[in-house]
Amino acid sequence: MSQQGYVATPQYSQAQPGLPGYPASFGSPPGQPLYGHYGGQPQAFSPPPTGMMKSPVSAPTGMAPPPAAAPYGSVQQNGAHPQRYAAPPSAGPASYSQPPQPPYHSMASQAPPPAQLANQMSGMNLGGYGPGPMQTPQPHPNSLVQQPYLTSPPPAMGQPQLPPGPQSPQMSPTQPPPGAIPMGGMGRPFPGPPPGPGGFQQPGAGPVGQPGYPQQGQFGGQMPGPQPGFPGAFPSGPAPMAAPPQKKLDPDSIPSTTQVIEDDQAKRGGQLYTTNVRGQVPPLVTTNFTVQDQGNASPRFMRCTTYTFPSTADLAKQCQVPLATIIKPFATLPKNEAPLFVVNHGETGPIRCNRCKAYMCPYMQFIDGGRRFQCGFCACVNEVPVFYFQHLDHMGRRVDFYEKPELSLGSYEFAATMDYCKNNKPTSPPAYIFMIDVSYANIKSGLVRLVCDELKTLLDRLPKEEGENSVVKVGFVTYNKILHFYNVKSTLAQPQMMVVSDTAEVFLPLLDGFLVNFHESRAVICNLLEQIPDMFADTNESETVFAPVIQAGVEALKAAECSGKLFIFHSSIPTAEAPGKLKNRDDKKLVGTDKEKTLFQPQRGVFEQLSKDCVASGCSVDVFLFPSQYVDVATMGDVPSHTGGSVYKYNNFRVETDAEHFLSDLRKDVEKPIGFDAVMRVRTSTGFRATDFFGAIHMNNTTDVEMAAVDCDKAVTVEFKHDDTLSEENGALMQCALLYTTVGGQRRLRIHNLSLNCSAQLSDLYKSCETDALINFFAKSAYRSMLAQPLKAVREVLVHQTAHMLAGYRKNCASPSAASQLILPDAMKVFPVYMNSLMKTAVLVGSAELSTDERAHQRLSIMSMGVEDLQLLLYPRLIPLHTMDVSSDGVPAPLRCSEERLTESGMFLLENGQVLFMWLGQACPPDLMQNIFNVPSLAHLPADPNSLPELDNPHSHKLRAMISSLLQQRPTSMKLQIVRQKDRSELPFRQYLVEDKGLHGGASYMDFLCYVHREIRQLLT
Amino acid sequence: MATYQEFIQQNEDRDGVRFSWNLWPSSRLEATRLVVPVSCLFTPLKERPDLPPVQYEPVLCSRANCKAVLNPLCQVDFRAKIWACNFCFQRNPFPPSYAGISDVNQPAELMPPFSTIEYIVQRGPPTPLIFLYVVDTCLEEEDLQALRESLQMSLSLLPADALVGLITFGRMVQVHELSCEGIAKSYVFRGTKELSSKQIQEMLGLMKPAASSQQGRPVAPHDAAASSCKFLQPVHRVDMNLTDLLGELQRDPWPVPQGKRPLRSTGIALSIAVGLLEGTFPNTGARVMLFTGGPPTQGPGMVVGDELKTPIRSWHDIQKDNARHLKKATKYYEALANRAAVNGHCMDIYACALDQMGLLEMKCCANLTGGHVVMGDSFNTSLFKQTFQRVFSKDYNGEFRMAFGGTLEVKTSRELKVSGAIGPCVSLNAKGPCVSENEMGIGGTTQWKICGLNPSSTLAMFFEVVNQHNAPIPQGGRGAVQFVTQYQHSNTQKRIRVTTIARNWADAQSQIQHIETSFDQEASAVLMARLGVFRAESEEGPDVLRWLDRQLIRLCQKFGQFNKDDSTSFKLSESLSLYPQFMFHLRRSPFLQVFNNSPDESSYYRHHFVRQDLTQSLIMIQPILYSYSFHGPPEPVLLDSSSILPDRILLMDTFFQLVIYHGETIAQWRKARYQEMAEYENFKQLLQAPLDDAQEILQTRFPMPRYVDTEHGGSQARFLLSKVNPSQTHNNAYGWGQESGAPILTDDVSLQVFMDHLKKLAVSSAA
Repeated sequence: MSQQGYVATPQYSQAQPGLPGYPASFGSPPGQPLYGHYGGQPQAFSPPPTGMMKSPVSAPTGMAPPPAAAPYGSVQQNGAHPQRYAAPPSAGPASYSQPPQPPYHSMASQAPPPAQLANQMSGMNLGGYGPGPMQTPQPHPNSLVQQPYLTSPPPAMGQPQLPPGPQSPQMSPTQPPPGAIPMGGMGRPFPGPPPGPGGFQQPGAGPVGQPGYPQQGQFGGQMPGPQPGFPGAFPSGPAPMAAPPQKKLDPDSIPSTTQVIEDDQAKRGGQLYTTNVRGQVPPLVTTNFTVQDQGNASPRFMRCTTYTFPSTADLAKQCQVPLATIIKPFATLPKNEAPLFVVNHGETGPIRCNRCKAYMCPYMQFIDGGRRFQCGFCACVNEVPVFYFQHLDHMGRRVDFYEKPELSLGSYEFAATMDYCKNNKPTSPPAYIFMIDVSYANIKSGLVRLVCDELKTLLDRLPKEEGENSVVKVGFVTYNKILHFYNVKSTLAQPQMMVVSDTAEVFLPLLDGFLVNFHESRAVICNLLEQIPDMFADTNESETVFAPVIQAGVEALKAAECSGKLFIFHSSIPTAEAPGKLKNRDDKKLVGTDKEKTLFQPQRGVFEQLSKDCVASGCSVDVFLFPSQYVDVATMGDVPSHTGGSVYKYNNFRVETDAEHFLSDLRKDVEKPIGFDAVMRVRTSTGFRATDFFGAIHMNNTTDVEMAAVDCDKAVTVEFKHDDTLSEENGALMQCALLYTTVGGQRRLRIHNLSLNCSAQLSDLYKSCETDALINFFAKSAYRSMLAQPLKAVREVLVHQTAHMLAGYRKNCASPSAASQLILPDAMKVFPVYMNSLMKTAVLVGSAELSTDERAHQRLSIMSMGVEDLQLLLYPRLIPLHTMDVSSDGVPAPLRCSEERLTESGMFLLENGQVLFMWLGQACPPDLMQNIFNVPSLAHLPADPNSLPELDNPHSHKLRAMISSLLQQRPTSMKLQIVRQKDRSELPFRQYLVEDKGLHGGASYMDFLCYVHREIRQLLT
Repeated sequence: MATYQEFIQQNEDRDGVRFSWNLWPSSRLEATRLVVPVSCLFTPLKERPDLPPVQYEPVLCSRANCKAVLNPLCQVDFRAKIWACNFCFQRNPFPPSYAGISDVNQPAELMPPFSTIEYIVQRGPPTPLIFLYVVDTCLEEEDLQALRESLQMSLSLLPADALVGLITFGRMVQVHELSCEGIAKSYVFRGTKELSSKQIQEMLGLMKPAASSQQGRPVAPHDAAASSCKFLQPVHRVDMNLTDLLGELQRDPWPVPQGKRPLRSTGIALSIAVGLLEGTFPNTGARVMLFTGGPPTQGPGMVVGDELKTPIRSWHDIQKDNARHLKKATKYYEALANRAAVNGHCMDIYACALDQMGLLEMKCCANLTGGHVVMGDSFNTSLFKQTFQRVFSKDYNGEFRMAFGGTLEVKTSRELKVSGAIGPCVSLNAKGPCVSENEMGIGGTTQWKICGLNPSSTLAMFFEVVNQHNAPIPQGGRGAVQFVTQYQHSNTQKRIRVTTIARNWADAQSQIQHIETSFDQEASAVLMARLGVFRAESEEGPDVLRWLDRQLIRLCQKFGQFNKDDSTSFKLSESLSLYPQFMFHLRRSPFLQVFNNSPDESSYYRHHFVRQDLTQSLIMIQPILYSYSFHGPPEPVLLDSSSILPDRILLMDTFFQLVIYHGETIAQWRKARYQEMAEYENFKQLLQAPLDDAQEILQTRFPMPRYVDTEHGGSQARFLLSKVNPSQTHNNAYGWGQESGAPILTDDVSLQVFMDHLKKLAVSSAA
C-alpha cells in the first residue's frame, strides 16, 4: 500500500510563531481509532508524538501572528478529504481501485495515490525556519533578502491565499483556520492507500482529525502538519501555547525520513522478501528483512534506482530519473541467509552464451526439448553441451531446475577454470603486506608500537576460506624515506632487514621469506614485531616517501605472482626526494572559485601509473593516515580509490584516546571478506547497456570494471542508458559477473542476476523508484563531476535534476493541481532531504572553514559506498537516550535530524557511520548522568570525557551494548565524542543535524523544498 | 763476466733493481741503436730483512721541482753542513737535527750500503686496514659452502683492529650492516641501475658527517667516518656477528629459469664497494675482495647476457668484433678501477668458475689497483683455499706481506728521462722535468699510484737517454735514478722507501764491448716481454710478434758477429746467448699467443706476468724443467721434447702449473706398484723426489699453481707437451721409435728452425 503521493502541509505564507499549542495530546485521540485499521502494524508514531513534536523551534521565534484568516478559508476543503476517503479505509485494499486517477488504476493495491505536498511556502515564512535555532523574528522583507532562494516574487510561491484550483481538492494553499485543530496524529484516516493523488493533500493545518492520512506509518507521523512549535520541545524558545495553529510551515509536515524508515520497517520488517518477481521493489535498506533468493539477486547485492525502466530513451529523458544499479558484490549476508552456492561446470568452464558471453542463469530459456537454450540477454540460441543436457518438464523447465543454483537463483558462483586465470597459471593465495611508516611522528605518537603489538594477535584472524588456518601470506615493510623489507622465513632464527634506499626505482630486495604464512613463521614475525618499535626508537627522520612504498608492494606481489592488499600506516605528506613527492597545495583561497576542483584532483604523475600497476597485479591499497596537518589526501588517496582500497584518517592521533578507534578499523579491515584481482562485467538484455561506472575501480576500456580487490563494503554504481526500445514483456535483465580470486587462492566467478520491469508509463517508473539508490547515484556522479566542474555548477545540476525528476512526475503522473503545490511521488518523498543533505556534505558545501583533507577524504570514501552506508551518512540517526527503555532490547526510534528535536533535558546519540556523538542537554536528568557517567550532574563531568565508564546499572549496560552493536554493524569504527549543549564542542555535532541550515552553508530542509518547488514551477511553465 | 753477474745479483738483492743495461750509452742516438731500451725491473718493496727502517723523515732537496731525497750519491760538505743534490745540483743545508753530522757520524742514508733505505714517517692518524668482501651468491651450494668457510677462516687471519665489510650480490646487491644487534640488516640495491658515488653514499646513509661538519664542527674525517660507517667495523667487534652472517649466507634466492644464467650484478656490486670506500675512507689503504663464480650477467659491467644459448665471447668473437658487451663493460670497469685507484683502494678478483667469467673486462680492476687475480675451477679446491690463505701470509716480522696506497716517484739525473712504467699501477700525471715525451708503457708522469703492493710486485720502468750525441758526458760520469716509494705498511705505519742507484755512462762507439757485456739478458727479456704484452693489450697479436721479431733481429745484427749473408758464421756473445731462446719461448707463451686460451685466461696470465719479479717472470717465459732418474741427481734439462724420456720423471714449473710427468717406463712401473715393494724402495724415493720439490714450490708461490700429476699418454700431459720445444714432431719423423725423446704433434716451429731463420735474417744484408 504504498502511497505515492504525499501532500505536505500547505505553506503558510507567514511563519507563524509558535504554534505551540499542540501538545502531544492532540493527535492521539483521533488517531487511535484510526490505527485500528491497520491492525498489527504498529504505528510508530503514536508514542513518538512527544518526541517528534518537540522540534519546531521556529515557532518560538515569536513571529507575528498571521495577519489574516483568509487563508483558512480553504480549510473546508481539507475537511472534505476525510470524507472522501472515509469510505475506502474500511474497504480495505480493494478499494484502491476507486480512486479516480487513471494512472493509479493499474497499480492495483500497490499503487497508492501520490500525495502531494502542497507547499506554498512563501519565501517569507521560510525566513523563520531557516536559521533554525536562532529565533529571530524577522520582518519578512528581511528574510527575503537573506534567503537565496527566495528571490522569486512572493506571489509565485505560496501565496497563502491562492485559491486552490477547482479541480484540486486540496487546498494546498490552505491555511487552517485559526484555532483549527491540527491533525495531530494526522493522518490516519486512510487505511489503504489513498487513491487519488488529490486525496492527499493534507494541508498542514488540516482541520482536526484530518484523515488525509494515508496509510501506514508512512504518512502517519509526519504529517502533523500543524504543529509547529512544540512547546515542550524547546524550552528555550518562547512557548506561546496559545498561538493559533499553524501559521507557518510545520516542520513536521514535510516528509520525514525517520517516519518513512519506520513505516517501511513496520510494513516489511522481519518479513521474507522473495525475489521471484520481476521488477519487485525491495524494502528500504534500513529495514530488517530476510531475502529468499528465487531467481533475482538479493537487494543487498544489487539495488536499483528504479525497478521499472522506461521503455524508451525518450521517456527516460522526460523523467530524468537516472537508471542505475548499485552493486555490492560481496555484501555481507545475515546469518539466516544462505551463502552463495559454488557451481562447477568442470574443465570446460561455466556454460555461457556464445554470442554475448552471459553466464548460465535463470533467464536462459531451454528449448528444443532441452537440447538448446536461448540467451535471455541477446536471444542467441546455443547448443546445450552434452554433459549439461537435461529434459524439460511440461512447463518447459528443466527437471533439474531446483538442483542447479544457476537455473533457479539470482546469485551464485562458478568455479573458474584456468582460462580465467592470469597467464593461464593457477592462482596462489593472496598476500597482505603491512607497511609501517617509522618516521619520527609515528614513533613518537606510539603508533608503531601499537600497530606492531596488534598485529601479533590480529594476524591470527586473517580471512580464510576453509580449514583452520588462513592461507593468506603476510609480509612486512617499514619505511621513512627509505624502505626496509623483512625476511621472516620460518627457518631463520632472527628476522633479517633489507634496506632499499633507491626510492627512485624501488624494487623487491628478496623473494623467499618476504611473504610467508603467519602460522609457519609466527616466531620470527613476533620477534620482528617486537623489535621494530625499538629499532627506530631514536629515529629523527621526519621525511617520508609514499609512492615508492606502494610500488614496493606491487613489486612484491608481482614477484610472488599473487594478488593482495597493502596496509599502509602513514603519518605525513611525503616530501622526501622520490617519485610521488608531494607539496602542500592546500590553498583555502581557491575555495568557492572555479579552481576549487583542483584541490580534489590528485597531483598528476606517478600515482596514475601506480594505480594501473596496482590494478594489473591485483594489488589493493588501504591507507591509514595519521596526519597532524595537511597531507594531500586527494593525491594520497588516489591509488586506494582506484584499487578497491580505503583511506582511513586519524587526525592528531593519540594512542590514549584514538587507539581503540583505529584498532577496530584495522581489525575490521584485516578480517573482512574480500576478493582479489577482480574484473566485473555487467551484461544487459538488448535495448540498454551499462554506460558509466562509479566506485573504487579502474577502467581500461568501457566495459570491464577492474578492481584490485573488492570487499564486503565496496559498491560499484552502474548507470544504464537506452540503446533501443525495451519491451514490457521481456523486461530489463542484467547480469553482473565478477571474476575474482578468493582468499583461499581460488579463482571464482560470482554472478548476480536481476530482472526489472519495463513500462511505457512513467507512473510505473516513479512508483518503483528507490530513493536511497537514487541518492547514491547522485552522490557519486556529483562527486565525480566536481573534479571537472566548479562546485557551484555541480550543485546547480543536482538541484536542477531533482527539480526535473519531480517536475516530470508532476507533469506526467500527478493529477492536475495548483502549480503552487509541491507534489512528490511517494517513493521519492524524502528524496529532497537526502539531496539537501548531500549538497551540505563537507565536500559539496565549499566552505573555507573545512579542511581540504577532510573533504577529499569524504569524497573518496563516498565514491565506493553502498546504498546503506550512504543513506546513513546523509541522514544520521539521532537516538534519544533519555527515553530509552532499559528493559527492552530495541534501540529507541531515531528522531529527525533537526535541532528542534533536541531537548534540554535530554541526552542523544547521533551517528552516521563515520561519527558518533553523544549530546548532553543542559538539563539532562541527574539520575541518567549518574547511571551513565557516574557523576551527579552535567557540571561534574570532566572537561573532555572520551569514553563511557563501565558501570553496573541497566542504563549503562544498555547504552554501551547499544553503542557496541552500532559499531559492529558499521563498516568503519567511530570514535565517541561527547558534547554538551551550548558548548563549543557542540558545533561539530550541529553540522549533522541535516534538516537544519548547514553550519558551513547550505539550506535547511524546508528552504530547500521551497527552492526546489520554485524550480519545479519554473520547469512546468 | 762473473763480475757482472755478481754485480747484477748484488744490485737486485740490495735494491730490487735489474737494469737491461748496466752501462748506459751516453747519447740518445746510441741508446736507440741498442734496440733494448735502458730500462729496469724495480721491486719497490723487495723484502730486506737486513734493512731496519729508520724512524725519521727523509731529507729532501729544497728545489721545488726536484725534492730528491738525500742519498749516498750526494756530495756532502760536513763542515758547512751542506749537501748537494745529485740530480739537480742544488746545494742544501742540512736540517737542524743533522747538526751533529760529521765524517764519522753519518746518517744511514749517506752510507753506500743504504742505497735503499726505509723511513717511517708520521702522516695523520694511523688508519686500520680495510677489507671489504664482495661475495657472489650465485654459486653452487658446494662452492658457496667452501667460500663461506674460507671467508670465515680469513677473519681469524685479519688483525683485530682491521675493518671488515661485507657486500653480497646476485640479482641484487646487499651491503650488510655489521654494527647492528638483533636483526641482521642489509642495504639492498638493484643490480641493473648504475648509481653515482654520491647516490650510493646517500642511499647508504653516509652523507650525515658531511652535514655535521658543515655546521662548523671540525670533525676529524676519519673519526667521523669510522663512527658513522656501520658497514665497516673492526674485526674484533663483529667477529661473531660476521661469522654468523657468513654462515647464514644463502644462495641467491631468485629462481634461475631453465636455459638462463643466474643474474649476477657484479658491476653494481663493485661500484657500490668502490663508492662505499670512497665515501668513508678515501686515501686509506683498503682491499676490495671480489669473490665470484661467473660472469656479470646484468646491469652495467655486464659481460654476457643471461641466455645460456649465447656463449660468452671468445677470441674469435673479439677478432670478428662480435663481442657485444666487451667495450662497454671494459670501459665501465676501467672507470671503476680508476676511481678506486685515486682513493688508494685496491681490488682483488677471486674467480672460480669452469667457464670464463669476464676477467678480460674486469682485469683492469686488479691491474690498475695492484690487486690480485686468482682463477680457479671452484672455490672448493685447495688451489683457491690455499691461495686465499696466502693472501694473508705474514713476513718474518709477523706482518702482512701487503702494503697499500703506494705512490712511486722516479727522479733521474738530467741525461735521463722517464718514458713510462709497466706494472700494476696508474699514472698520477705528475709532470716534471724528467718526464720523457717518448712514452713507453704508462708514461707522461714521474709518479704512479700502486694501490696494492706486496714484496714481489715489480714494475718495469723505461727510460730515455736524452743526452745529445754532440754533448759528451765526461769520462766516469754516472747517471742516477732515485725511486721514492711512499706507502701504508700493513701495520698501518706510513713509510717511505728510497732507492737510489747509479750507473756509469759509456760511449757506445768506443765502448760497445763494455756495453755488450753489461747487458742483462734475463732482465732484458722480461722487459721486452712486458713491452710486448703491453702492446698486445691494444694491438693485434701478429703485429706484436712481428715487432718482437724485428727487435730481436736488430739486436742480433747489432751485437752478433757474422759475415754478411753467411748465416753459419753467426755468433752471439755469452751475454746475449740466451736471449733469442727467451724470445722463442716468449713467442709461444700464452702472454702473446691467444690460441688455445680463452680471453679470460690470457688476461689472467698477462696480469701475473706484468707484476711478478724477474725470476718468476722468467719462469713464465721459459718454464723450468727438472728431470729425475736413476742415472743421477735431479737436474735441470732443456725444455725440449728430447728431454721427455721413458725412464725419467719430469717436473715442469710454468709458474701457473706444476706438472709432474712420469715417463712411459716409470708410469708402467708405478702402475705395477713397484713402489710398494720393499725391494724397490729406491723407486719409491724416485717417485717421491719430484713431489717434494713440487711441494716446496707450492709452499711459496702466489697464486698457487695448478698442480698436475700425469704420465706418458695421459691427457694432462698436454701441459708439458705444449711447452717444450718441439724439436721432434711428426714432421721430422727421424725420431720415431728412438730413445731420443717424444715427438710432439704440432706444426709449430722448433727452436732450431727459429734460430736458423734468425741467423739468416740477421746476417742478411737486405734487412
